[in-house]
Amino acid sequence: MAQSKSRWSKLHNKLFEQNSLILTVGVLVTVSIGGIVEIAPLFYLDSTIEEVEGVRPYTPLEQIGRDIYIREGCYNCHSQMVRPLRDEVERYGHYSLAAESMYDHPFQWGSKRTGPDLARVGGKYSDEWHNDHLTDPRSVVPESIMPSYPFLAESELDFDNIAANLRALRMVGVPYTDEMIETAVADVTTQLDPYAMDFDGFQARYPGALMRDFDGDPSRVTEMDALVAYLQVLGTMVDFSTYEAEADENLR
Amino acid sequence: MSIAQGLRRAGTDPSTAAVFIITTLGALWSLFAAAYAPDAAMRGQSWLILGGFLTGIIMLVGVIANGGVIDDEREYNENLIKAGVIATMFWGIAGLLVGVIIALQLAFPVLNIEAFGFTNFGRLRPLHTSAVIFAFGGNALLATSFYVVQRTCRTRIAGGIWPWFVFWGYNFFIVIAASGYIIGITQSKEYAEPEWYADLWLTLVWVVYLLVFLGTLWKRKEPHIYVANWFYLAFIVTIAVLHVVNNLAMPVSFLGSRSYSLFAGVQDALTQWWYGHNAVGFFLTAGFLGIMYYFIPKRVQRPVYSYRLSIIHFWSLIFIYIWAGPHHLHYTALPEWAQTLGMTFSIMLWMPSWGGMINGLMTLSGAWDKLRTDPVVRMLVLSVAFYGMSTFEGPVMSIRAVNALSHYTDWTVGHVHSGALGWVGFISFGAMYCLVPWLWKRKGMHSKALVDWHFWIATFGILLYITSMWVAGIMQGLMWRAYNELGFLEFSFVETVEAMHIQYIIRAVGGLLYLSGALIMAYNVYRTIKGDVTEEDEHVIPQTAAIPAQ
Amino acid sequence: MYETLSTFAQTGGLLIFVLLFAGVLAYALWPRNQAKFDAAANAPLSESDAPVTSGQNEDGIHVR
Repeated sequence: MAQSKSRWSKLHNKLFEQNSLILTVGVLVTVSIGGIVEIAPLFYLDSTIEEVEGVRPYTPLEQIGRDIYIREGCYNCHSQMVRPLRDEVERYGHYSLAAESMYDHPFQWGSKRTGPDLARVGGKYSDEWHNDHLTDPRSVVPESIMPSYPFLAESELDFDNIAANLRALRMVGVPYTDEMIETAVADVTTQLDPYAMDFDGFQARYPGALMRDFDGDPSRVTEMDALVAYLQVLGTMVDFSTYEAEADENLR
Repeated sequence: MSIAQGLRRAGTDPSTAAVFIITTLGALWSLFAAAYAPDAAMRGQSWLILGGFLTGIIMLVGVIANGGVIDDEREYNENLIKAGVIATMFWGIAGLLVGVIIALQLAFPVLNIEAFGFTNFGRLRPLHTSAVIFAFGGNALLATSFYVVQRTCRTRIAGGIWPWFVFWGYNFFIVIAASGYIIGITQSKEYAEPEWYADLWLTLVWVVYLLVFLGTLWKRKEPHIYVANWFYLAFIVTIAVLHVVNNLAMPVSFLGSRSYSLFAGVQDALTQWWYGHNAVGFFLTAGFLGIMYYFIPKRVQRPVYSYRLSIIHFWSLIFIYIWAGPHHLHYTALPEWAQTLGMTFSIMLWMPSWGGMINGLMTLSGAWDKLRTDPVVRMLVLSVAFYGMSTFEGPVMSIRAVNALSHYTDWTVGHVHSGALGWVGFISFGAMYCLVPWLWKRKGMHSKALVDWHFWIATFGILLYITSMWVAGIMQGLMWRAYNELGFLEFSFVETVEAMHIQYIIRAVGGLLYLSGALIMAYNVYRTIKGDVTEEDEHVIPQTAAIPAQ
Repeated sequence: MYETLSTFAQTGGLLIFVLLFAGVLAYALWPRNQAKFDAAANAPLSESDAPVTSGQNEDGIHVR
C-alpha cells in the first residue's frame, strides 16, 4: 500500500483519505453549530442579570454535605427545581431562580421525582426529623420507599482537606476569599457550635448561615452534620418576602 | 536504530511499545494515588486501577512473548469482534440484572442493604444506566463498528495493537466507572457520572478509536464509504465532543477522586442536557442506526430501501438532534427562548427519525416472508418499529404543555425504556444473533426455537414495562396537580408514591422477563460457540472456509 | 451581547438548517450520483470473506 507505483493509486489514496476527512469535518461542523449557537448566549447571561440578594457560596460544612448528597446519588430521585406551575409553587414554595444555583458546581436540578423536590426543603423540617428520616425513613414516613442511611450518623466527617475543595471551587468561579479558605477547616467546627468563639467572623464570611449542632451529638462531627446542614440551607438564601420578581434587575 | 531493531526482535512494534508506555504510566499514577490520595475512596479504588494496569502489562508481555501482534492484511481481524460479542453479552446481562434489582428496590425498599450504602438505589442506579448504555451498548457498537468497517471497506482493521487497546481500554473504563459508583465516586451528571480521571482515560481511548476507524477508512479498497460507517463516524466524533465539553472540571487534587464542574447552575444544566440528550442521539441512535443500515440489508440480502433517503436521514438527524437538549429543562430557570428552541427542534426531529424507520422497514419489501421464517429478522424489525414509536413519543413529550405533566415522572422512564429495551436492545441482540454464526463459522444458531422464545419473552417484558410506566407516570403527574373542592392540593407527595406500588411491581416483572430473554440468548450463544449446531439455518449466509483460523 | 446572541440562536439556527437541508437534498437527489449510490448500497451484499489485499489493489479497484 505504501509503495504505490501508479499515479492513479496515489490520487486514489489522496482523494479518499480526504473524503473521509471531509465527512469527519462535516459532522464536526454540523454538530458544533447547534452546540455553539444554542449554548453560547447563556455564558453572557451573567452580565445581564444582577445577583439576587442573599445568594452566597456554601459554607465548608454545607459544601461537604453537598458532596455527600452527590456521593449517595440523591439527585437520582430528588429534583431541586421548582417550576412556575400552580401546584408546584403551592407544594414546594416560590419557583426556583437561576441565581439560586449560580454557585452550584455541578447543578443539582435533577430529572426525576421519585421523592419530592428539595429545592426549598431548608427549614421545613427540624434537624431531629432529618436525622430520624435519614436513619430510617419509614420511622417518620411509613409509606416512604427511600433507602436508609444509618451510617451517616456513625461516620466521622473527613474534612481535613476541605480547603483544597474550596480552592478548586474558587478556580471554577465561586468567590471564596483567601480568608474563607484559610479558615475552612476551623469553620466546619465553628458552624456546629452556636457559642463558637469566631461567631461574628463566621457570620461575616457566610451571612445568615445556621450555626448549631445538626446531628444532635455535639461530641462528634459526623457526615449527618454535614448533610443536614446542606439540606437546611436549601432554598433559604433568598428572602422571598422582600424579593420582587418584577423588578427591573430580576427580569430577563 | 538499534533499540528499534531490538524491540522488533523481541516481537514488538511501535504500537505495542506505545501501549506499553501508556500502561506503565497509568500503573505509576495509580500507585501514587494509592499512597497519597487525599480521599479514602480514591485510596481504595486506585488499587483496583493499579491491578487493571498491571493486568494490561502482563497481557502485553504475553503478546510480545508470542511474537508480537500478528497483523495479516489477508484476513479480517475477527478475534477482536468475537471478544466484543462476548463482552456485549456479559455486560448486557450484568446491566439488566442491576436494573431488575433497582426496580425491585423501588417496589420493596427493604432491598436497600443498609451497611455503608454500597447497594443503595442512589448508587446502583448510575451503575445500571452506565452498564446498559456504555457497557452493553458501547461494546455492541465497538464490535459491530469494527466488523462493519472492515467488511464494507474490504480491508483489515488498521493500527496493529491499537484496536485491542480500544477494546480493553474501554472495558477498563467501565470497570473504573462502575466500581467508583459503588464506593461513592460520582460527579452526579447523569450518564456522565465518572470522575475526571476516568473521563481522561476514556478520552484517550476514544481518540484512538476514532483514529483506528478513520485509519481503516483510509486504507479501504472500496470507492465508497458505506452509509453505516457514516453513522458510526458521526457517533464517534460527536461523542468525543460531547464527552470532553460536558466533563470539563477542576480536580481537587491530581491524586484524588473529587472534581468540580467548570460550569454552574443554568450553564451547567444546559451543558449537561445538551450532552445528555445527544448521548441518546449519537450513542443510542446514530451508532445503532449504523447497525440497522448494515445488518438488516445483510440479513435479508437486499440493499437498503433508499440510499438517497439514508443520506438525507443522516444529515438532518445529526443537525437537528444537537439542538434538542433544552426540552429536558422546560419550565426551569433556563431562559424561555432556549426551551422553545429545544422544543421546536425536538418536534422537527420526528421527520428524520421516521425517514430512517421507513428506510429500515422498507428494506424488507419483497422479503416480508422472512418475518415469519426468521426470528432474527423479526427482532431487527420490531426494534426499528420501537425506534419509530419512541421517536414519535419523544417529540410529543418535548411539547411544553405535555412536558409539564410528564417531566419528573415515570412516564419519562417508560419512554427511555421503550427506546432502550425495544430499539437499542433488540437491534443489538439481532446483530449478535447474526454475528455469532458468522464469526464462529456455524451453520446457524444452536436453537432457532430459543431465539423465538427470547423474542416473545422479551417483547412481553417490554410491553409490561412501558405500559406500567405510562400508568404510573401519568397517574403521578395528575395526582401532583389534583385539587380538591376547597382549592387545596388533593394529595400529599407520599400518597402519590404509595399509589405507584403495583406499577413498580409490574415493571420489575417486565424487566425480569427481559433479563430472562437475555439469559436464554446467552445459553444459546454459548452452545453455538461450543459447536452444538445441528440444524442449518438458510438465513445465515453460508461462509466459505477460505480463511485459515487465526 | 446576550440579546444579540440569543436572537441569532432563534433565527440563525433555522436558517442554517434550511441551507444545509437544501444542500443535502441536492446532493442526494442529483441524478449523476445515482450510480454511485447504487454501488454503495450493494456494498454489504457483495462482500467477500477476505479483505482485498494490496496485491490486487492495482487492478481490482475501479477508480472513478
